[in-house]
Amino acid sequence: MNNAVDPREELPEHLPALRAFAMSLSGNSATADDIVQDTIVKAWSNFDKFEPGTNLRAWLFTILRNTFYSHTRKRKREVADPDGIHAGQLSAKPGHDGRLAFNDFRVAFAELSAEHREVLILVGASGFSYEDVADMTGVAVGTVKSRANRARARLCELLGLDEGEDPVAETDGETLAVLAASGGSTV
Amino acid sequence: MNQGKDNAKLRSQIDQNLKRVYQEALEEEVPDRFKELLEQLRQKESRK
Repeated sequence: MNNAVDPREELPEHLPALRAFAMSLSGNSATADDIVQDTIVKAWSNFDKFEPGTNLRAWLFTILRNTFYSHTRKRKREVADPDGIHAGQLSAKPGHDGRLAFNDFRVAFAELSAEHREVLILVGASGFSYEDVADMTGVAVGTVKSRANRARARLCELLGLDEGEDPVAETDGETLAVLAASGGSTV
Repeated sequence: MNQGKDNAKLRSQIDQNLKRVYQEALEEEVPDRFKELLEQLRQKESRK
């Protein structure tokens, strides 16, 4: 090790993000915890391959997603059993007030393929750039963009929204505020 | 009509909801098993 901060010491602060990413991928907290556990062990024994000064979180997320996909191949049935969310529960159409309810959103999100959940969480929620995500997932930047677009389109489809059909167009600013609030912004 | 703007609005709503999905998982308490695991790994390391 040179005199850069030892990534082993930084690992604990990445645990919540690793767990959140694992939850997003698996939809199942028991599976998520197993994946995080394996990720920690793998990362620990490979820290000599980590390049100090590069993005540790991206490095850890890469290990985590590889772990997830090998778990999925091994244990298909368990992964396909998300916590408390069941297929077919979704009454997709937003009300005629156009409200995009968070609960419907969660159910629709859980229905997406792991690949689509992954790209949306990485690009849309965890603050990585398209370039980071391309590196992490081992595909071209253009592929990340088109995958993210397809994932959004599929999500809209599950929610009964057409892209191009604005769920708030027919309503007023009040609904928009509700939507913003349901999206977790600090209003 | 103003479809580009509408799509941008929809997209930002989707992103807000995605952030909320992620944020809720992020706020869950990290199980003790991970702190214990890290402790074990550290001890193993120091015995080397």
